[in-house]
Amino acid sequence: MAITDDVLVIGGGLAGATAALAAAETTEDARIRLVTYKQSTLRHASGLIDVLGYAPGTTDDQQQPIADPYTALESLPESHPYQRVGIDAVRDALAFFDEIAGDAYAGAHTDRNALVPTHGGTVKPTARYPVSTAEGLASDDRDTLLVGFETLPDFDAPLAAAHLEAAGAPFDARGVTLSFPGIGRDDAKVTRYAHLLDHDERVETPSVTGETGAREALAATVNPHLDEESRVGFPAILGDAHPAAVREALSDALGAAVFEVPMGPPSLPGLRLEDLLYDALESAGVRVTSGVPVVDYETVAADSTGENSTADETTTAAIDHVIVDRNGAQIPHEADQYVLATGGLVGKGVESNRERVTEGIFDCYVPHATDRYDWFVDDVFGEQPYARFGVVPDEELRPLGTDDNPEFSNLRAAGAVLGDYDYAAEKSGAGVSLATGYVAGTRAGEACQ
Amino acid sequence: MAHDTAVLVLGGGSTGCGIARDLAMRGVDVTLVERGTLTDGTTGRMHGLLHSGGRYAVSDQASATECIEENEVLREIASHCVEETGGLFVQRPEDSDEYFREKLEGCRDCDIPATVLSGREAREVEPYLADDVSRAIQVPDGAVDPFRLCVANALDAERHGARVETHAEVIDLLRDGDDIYGVEVRHDSGPGKRTHKAPGTTEEITAEYVVNATGAWAGQIGAMADLDVAVRPSKGVMTIMNVRQVDTVINRCRPKGDADIIVPHETTAILGTTDEEVSDPDDYPEEQWEVDMMIDTLTELVPILEEARTIRSFWGVRPLYEPPGTGTQDSTDITRDFFLLDHDERDGVSGMSSIVGGKFTTYRAMAEEISDHVCAKLGVSAACATADEPLPGSEDVRVLEEGMDDFGLRSPIARRSNQRLGSRAADVLETNEPNPVVCECEGVTRAEIQDAIDQSGSDLNAVRIRTRASMGNCQGGFCCQNMANELHPRYDEETVREALDELFQERWKGERHALWGEQLSQAMLNYALHATTMNRDNDPARESTQLDYAQFDGGA
Repeated sequence: MAITDDVLVIGGGLAGATAALAAAETTEDARIRLVTYKQSTLRHASGLIDVLGYAPGTTDDQQQPIADPYTALESLPESHPYQRVGIDAVRDALAFFDEIAGDAYAGAHTDRNALVPTHGGTVKPTARYPVSTAEGLASDDRDTLLVGFETLPDFDAPLAAAHLEAAGAPFDARGVTLSFPGIGRDDAKVTRYAHLLDHDERVETPSVTGETGAREALAATVNPHLDEESRVGFPAILGDAHPAAVREALSDALGAAVFEVPMGPPSLPGLRLEDLLYDALESAGVRVTSGVPVVDYETVAADSTGENSTADETTTAAIDHVIVDRNGAQIPHEADQYVLATGGLVGKGVESNRERVTEGIFDCYVPHATDRYDWFVDDVFGEQPYARFGVVPDEELRPLGTDDNPEFSNLRAAGAVLGDYDYAAEKSGAGVSLATGYVAGTRAGEACQ
Repeated sequence: MAHDTAVLVLGGGSTGCGIARDLAMRGVDVTLVERGTLTDGTTGRMHGLLHSGGRYAVSDQASATECIEENEVLREIASHCVEETGGLFVQRPEDSDEYFREKLEGCRDCDIPATVLSGREAREVEPYLADDVSRAIQVPDGAVDPFRLCVANALDAERHGARVETHAEVIDLLRDGDDIYGVEVRHDSGPGKRTHKAPGTTEEITAEYVVNATGAWAGQIGAMADLDVAVRPSKGVMTIMNVRQVDTVINRCRPKGDADIIVPHETTAILGTTDEEVSDPDDYPEEQWEVDMMIDTLTELVPILEEARTIRSFWGVRPLYEPPGTGTQDSTDITRDFFLLDHDERDGVSGMSSIVGGKFTTYRAMAEEISDHVCAKLGVSAACATADEPLPGSEDVRVLEEGMDDFGLRSPIARRSNQRLGSRAADVLETNEPNPVVCECEGVTRAEIQDAIDQSGSDLNAVRIRTRASMGNCQGGFCCQNMANELHPRYDEETVREALDELFQERWKGERHALWGEQLSQAMLNYALHATTMNRDNDPARESTQLDYAQFDGGA
């Protein structure tokens, strides 16, 4: 017998979680379920919430970052996901996120983008940032000491400081490379550093006699290098479970504000965001089934679902149920409304082979050139057609077929599975996931009321 | 007249580096100049096959004999560059019995050890061979790392007093009447190791004798002195798979044809190749059909290739040559022999010889013959010793076998490092400094990267060919940045940024030919990491106008 819900969200990243939360908020009594397969791509992501950092479609020259993303949204092309859902929905979605994130994120006090130092040493525009990075904003003019560790080759603090200077940052930045107390292995994982600080493990350190707590030991290692700077930046390893306590302890011991510089994968700020979302899903009563792929689906004629079908939509089928594979067992999941939030090329919601590009579960139409040599341009940072692969939605976010009709009457799509925008160039990934997840979830919730 | 050097070798591929080493070991004062990084031309763009000679055993027995002899020499002197994989010439139902018999007889004529295996026995060696492979000839083909081998030759030449200048492009030949006496080069930065963005200089280097070992580019060098060197560049494509579907070299047992070889190489397998004449070795089309043909045709031999992950494709240019008047129409019919063109004898212009043709496996024998020629010109009587003296890294094979947990590295990483470095492992890896892994895919540690920077300066592609860093599944998406970090503080921030950009673009170049499936996903992830997370596509440091920080959110 099928597992039955009102709304079934497929995909457990930022877009999927937002859609499930929005659906839950829209219809209090509805049963909402979220199914996920692999780990979400949040572990690859910086944890920053970008809305729009650069205007799309003008990569010929270096561009200035956008200070006010909301004004810039109006000039986006009609096909952009932000235009599909409308600018008001973007604002609503950000407000929705602010509520979920509570005091874990900052930036809600203004419409303006912040500039955040990256681990490469440049700065990037973003709309919301984890509180752990808040003291590090490049648009803040306090002098800065960056601290790197000789066992973490991803972040070279002196080089990043020199890069910030080259980028014209309005403060003096200096970098030092130190040995992390308590890390014996040259190839310890970032989670090991975080764990040491989370639990304030006893470590031996040359700068303090005998054993001491990891937080104090780290501060003691940094202290001699601090020279009047009022803030100190670390790679994003300052705790996993208790980042606020770690930062506070370091800050007290150093007598300076402490912040994290976002890093590449595995990204602790990304993983913390994931935890935050799953806590919220649990509080909202969303049922979460993880580790299971959706492998098939069945449709019914739209009319028989009782939808308000119009003459135009008589040919549009509805999804009756999907089949989920659990350790080889094929389990039907039935719902009234479905949200597709399986991600783009990275999350594998969009798939490809030598001949074509497809949406992996429902085979929704993904526009692409027939010759795969037209999927890319020669400059790695040029206008890459592949970066825009994804399904094309209507204003309800229902994926459209080649005939411009919705593929299914009760399927909406959100996040990176949507096409026609380049989140990497625009710095718009999280914003699109939030806005479209919010709208898809809300509409799905409304439709099953 | 006093010269800067006795012999000036043009070209830093296997031939040029082999000649420089040979002459330097004989006590001759040598300078080598190379336009780009060592191996930049043809050497770095081969499939990595160490020929047993089996490939030429029917069509060109002289070459086949030379191959098996040199194959045995290289196993001795370059053990850290060679993997003794063995090879199979496999027969499918449509391949003729007649040719199979000729191949087997040819191998035996040329003293190439050859054993016939049944289809079942062949599949015991290589389980992924197609079910309808009917039988195979087993030969001692191997895999060779052309980068490591070429660099080892250059290092040993330097050790014997040679000057090796990379990023030094020949812009003119110095000619006085009927005598060539040197070249003018343009240094990319200054003489010595490369520093990105450092302004270039030019230098005249005079020599008693010039050896033009620029391969497919030999005609262009000759033209600078109005000499006609009619080299016929021929392109071939190679497609790299992300894992080794086979651990043995797989050859198709049929007469010449495209897409008939798979070479296991380090963590990858390389599919090859095509053979098509081109007019300009620096500018030729790289086409989709060539890549598709590699996969589609070789899938007939190893069916799982159809579903496998392709990580990039690259093209190389063979320096084919045939003596004037031969008139061969099809480039696949041109001999793989090499030719020494003494321009004094041929054109009445003294002071230079050109080397054209040839193949990687026999580079040492070629270098020996050319060095003999040069020594005769110079009146040097020292004998060649390159067949007996191991290359740097291969002096002591025990080093390779010892100590899995040496140097405080995880075992698989220590093993890979040891394999790459051979007997140099202790020198490079014994450090009191922390030695984290910089490239996860290939298990390359900081000490190896630093050693490569010592050798080659801020040129990260030169670091790449010495270490394999950025050559795995992620094609540099995760590690290019980390590699660049290692340049600091020896090099300043701007230089590091330039070096990173150059490497990242270079890695992208080959990936473009593998953009589907997993690798397209990887490309998007790489793009997202560098553009979204790091904002490298709109880096304010590159902008001419100052960013107005005050317009942005400065915190609550």
